[in-house]
Amino acid sequence: MLRNWWWKLLGLLAIIYSIIAGLTIQVPKLPVIYQTIRNLFFHVPLWFTMFVMFGTSLVYSIKYLNKLKPGDDVAASQSVNTGLFFGLLGLLTGMIWAKNTWGDYWTNDPQLNGAAVSILAYLAYNVLRASIDERALRARVSAVYNIFSFMLLVIFLGVLPRLADSSLHPGKGGNSSAMADLDPAMRLVFYPAVAGWIIIGFWILEIRKRKRKLEMFLEQS
Amino acid sequence: MKEISELIKKDFLLELRQRYAINAILLYVVSTVFVVQLAFGRIIDANTWITLFWIIMLFAAFNAVSKSFLQEHQTRWLYYFTLASPQSIILSKIIYNSILMVLLGFLSLLLYVLFMGMPEFNHAILYPVFILGCIGLASTLTMVSAIASNAGNNMALMAILGFPIVLPLLLLVINSFKIALSAEIFTLQLIKSIGSLFLIDTVVVIMAALLFPYLWHK
Repeated sequence: MLRNWWWKLLGLLAIIYSIIAGLTIQVPKLPVIYQTIRNLFFHVPLWFTMFVMFGTSLVYSIKYLNKLKPGDDVAASQSVNTGLFFGLLGLLTGMIWAKNTWGDYWTNDPQLNGAAVSILAYLAYNVLRASIDERALRARVSAVYNIFSFMLLVIFLGVLPRLADSSLHPGKGGNSSAMADLDPAMRLVFYPAVAGWIIIGFWILEIRKRKRKLEMFLEQS
Repeated sequence: MKEISELIKKDFLLELRQRYAINAILLYVVSTVFVVQLAFGRIIDANTWITLFWIIMLFAAFNAVSKSFLQEHQTRWLYYFTLASPQSIILSKIIYNSILMVLLGFLSLLLYVLFMGMPEFNHAILYPVFILGCIGLASTLTMVSAIASNAGNNMALMAILGFPIVLPLLLLVINSFKIALSAEIFTLQLIKSIGSLFLIDTVVVIMAALLFPYLWHK
């Protein structure tokens, strides 16, 4: 199924649609955020894609520890890299938005802290991979670290924001609650945008996996 | 169970003979607390007090725990693995480090209070949170040091790997200490913070027991 081309086309169309519609549709006028609510169509799907990619890498890491197939290790590490790429894009769109809405690029917000810590953890994962030369050992140790840190990050992202119960994020206590009662017209753009970016994420992942496998093949021969 | 208790006994014997961890870490804590007192003076507000204390504890924990897998020679590990199962090795290490951290933690707290004074805490909350925090720090860092020992035993790597993992726990402990400051305690908040600390500790121990065998699957 993944070798077919139709799902790539679907993802591309969804993204083009979400960009055009996201910039042109009528949005409800909410205090403080006003027109910047359109960032919902870009920033939020990028974060979702990042978490889907990190989740994919968790699945591949568990698969690797079960079967010890090198292909799963390549997939796990490339999902992390793709996730980091989407994470940086999400961070960038979020920071530009925050500068214009909250007046600062970075604030002490539970959601921001969670995002920063997950990106740090996966950068550490890459450092760990770089520091081990032997291929099988590297695959095993990094899979263990991936699973261990993912579990703790889930607790961090799931429990701590609820403990703090004061987030600046729209829909999470701060500003206007945009997510809770999202405009139906905006939903029609938001869901395709999420689906589209996730599909593009898997497309990038496929290409990266193939590239890495070819590189490994060339190294051996 | 027999294996685990024997291994813990061995670790304590080693510690009593070498006296490395206790002495080195206490000296570290004394000098840091002294610097803190010189820099801040005795009067600091409660939030700074809590934060400084846990930052000192974090680095003390890194120093105390990081040696648990670095201290012994690689060939001796091979010998242990012919004797005991990987689960009992990691569990014994976690229990030993937790006991060590709780002891060190109380000694550090004593020193810190001696130099810096103490804000008025609700002690019924403070000590459970403190003990759970020490156990959490010790068990998380034990697993991290097991991972780092596979990558050439490098201290910098241990810090890089450990920091993002330990941060949730640290924030939670600092948060709970701040809750313990207020005179009136909401039971719900109390259950929430102690419950999530307990949850983190349990998840770490279970994950360590599940994942550690793969680190030695040679």
